[in-house]
Amino acid sequence: MEEIVQSFFNAEIAQAAMPIVLAGLLNTVLLSLLVVPLGLIGGLILALLAQVKGPLVRWALISWVDFFRAFPPLVLLILLFAGLPFAGLELSGFACVAIAFFLNTGAYYGEILRAGIDSIPRGQVEAARSTGLSGLQTMTWVVLPQAVRNVLPDLLSNTLEVVKLTSLGSVVAVPELLFQARQAQSVTYNPTPIVMAAVIYFLILWPVVRLLSRLENRASAGRA
Amino acid sequence: MNSTVAEPIVAARGIHKHFGHLHVLKGVDLEVAERELVFVIGPSGSGKSTLLRCLNRLEEPSAGNITVAGIDMLDPRTDINHARQHIGMVFQSFNLYPHMTALGNVMLALRKVAGKSRTEAEKLAQAALERVGLADRADHRPAELSGGQQQRVAIARAIALEPRVMLFDEPTSALDPELVGSVLAVMRSLRESGMTMIVVSHEMGFARAAADRVVFMDHGLIVEQGPPAQIFESPAHERTRAFIGQIRQH
Ligand SMILES: Nc1ncnc2c1ncn2[C@@H]1O[C@H](COP(=O)(O)OP(=O)(O)O)[C@@H](O)[C@H]1O
Ligand SMILES: [Mg+2]
Repeated sequence: MEEIVQSFFNAEIAQAAMPIVLAGLLNTVLLSLLVVPLGLIGGLILALLAQVKGPLVRWALISWVDFFRAFPPLVLLILLFAGLPFAGLELSGFACVAIAFFLNTGAYYGEILRAGIDSIPRGQVEAARSTGLSGLQTMTWVVLPQAVRNVLPDLLSNTLEVVKLTSLGSVVAVPELLFQARQAQSVTYNPTPIVMAAVIYFLILWPVVRLLSRLENRASAGRA
Repeated sequence: MNSTVAEPIVAARGIHKHFGHLHVLKGVDLEVAERELVFVIGPSGSGKSTLLRCLNRLEEPSAGNITVAGIDMLDPRTDINHARQHIGMVFQSFNLYPHMTALGNVMLALRKVAGKSRTEAEKLAQAALERVGLADRADHRPAELSGGQQQRVAIARAIALEPRVMLFDEPTSALDPELVGSVLAVMRSLRESGMTMIVVSHEMGFARAAADRVVFMDHGLIVEQGPPAQIFESPAHERTRAFIGQIRQH
């Protein structure tokens, strides 16, 4: 017991590691604040493109989304980080994470938003167009507000995954939470910093999980 | 009411519409004079909705010409969103925006299309709701309104833009019988205010009382047209007679 506390919950080590781990937290937050909006924008563009009829756009879109959903994000990330220099393009780990996640998570957000848009009855769009609203105005004021509300649990759930996946940044030396914790661990020869990282992940994500389950409950109650 | 004197406000000539291999409109000519109420009847699938939807270009006709209020609706250079302000449309299924209040539904196009300020749009929307007898329901969501009330909000949404023509596609078909009257009453008052209207409906009583002309369509063509009394009492064509006999039985 004593040993477990010494290895995993060592107060002295925790105190020493705290600044390093908190710096990691800051980067995780920054990375999330970059990647989530980027993914949402990418997803919105994909979802809007999906409204364009025509076989070429349709085919291109399906290929794109399939490709990036099937591609493991870690592999994509390493490929960008290790592969792009060979193409003469050297990007920072941070930039690679941003691009990889934009591609990967944009495809997921895109599918979610598309489902949301498809859930809005066609008649509302026709009514809006009949009053002279443009296609874009109709999307902005009539379709999207309802579409987003309809798929809010899925959007939130995907966001949760994205924030968790930022820990992949550690592989390409982005000093995010997990990377920093491992640094601290290797300096102190003690896994307490990893436990700290785990606790921090839990503390920032748990409220989102709570919110999500409340939304899901409300949605299923609404459907009943 | 005399369509030979003035330039018609709606003139559709030689309208064809194909959906893939389906030939739905086969050369329809329809002229409507200012302040006229034209009633369109015909069996399900005869192309009535498609015709209305071609008039405001919700459907793209395969061939033909359409002018509404002097605007060439099929000219690629026509700003269709601007042109549609002049053509109000009311749908069988109301199609209100459920995330907005009744007032919000009416205000949206006033703000975004007509470019009114918030206060101006609110004033006009409130006035439109008043015209359909729903001033006191302005802050209700569609889900909190009866079908008849929803359809009246939909009418308010259209008339708030002060259109030159109103298109009604079976406006009472989705309503419980006891709610039909309230919508027809609004349509009558609209008619009395001089609105030009094209109405697809099976409400024969309304047609008799309010229509200037009844148009009978079948298989994508206008079979015959004339004053309500003539079409309902002594139709010239066998198909018209058969159809009118059928809806009488209901
Ligand atoms: N978007 C569409 N795609 C394919 N067929 C359609 C479409 N809209 C209408 N139709 C067909 O066109 C015909 C006429 O339809 P419609 O104009 O709705 O008739 P009505 O309103 O007189 O009942 C029907 O056979 C219908 O199935
Ligand atoms: Mg119809």
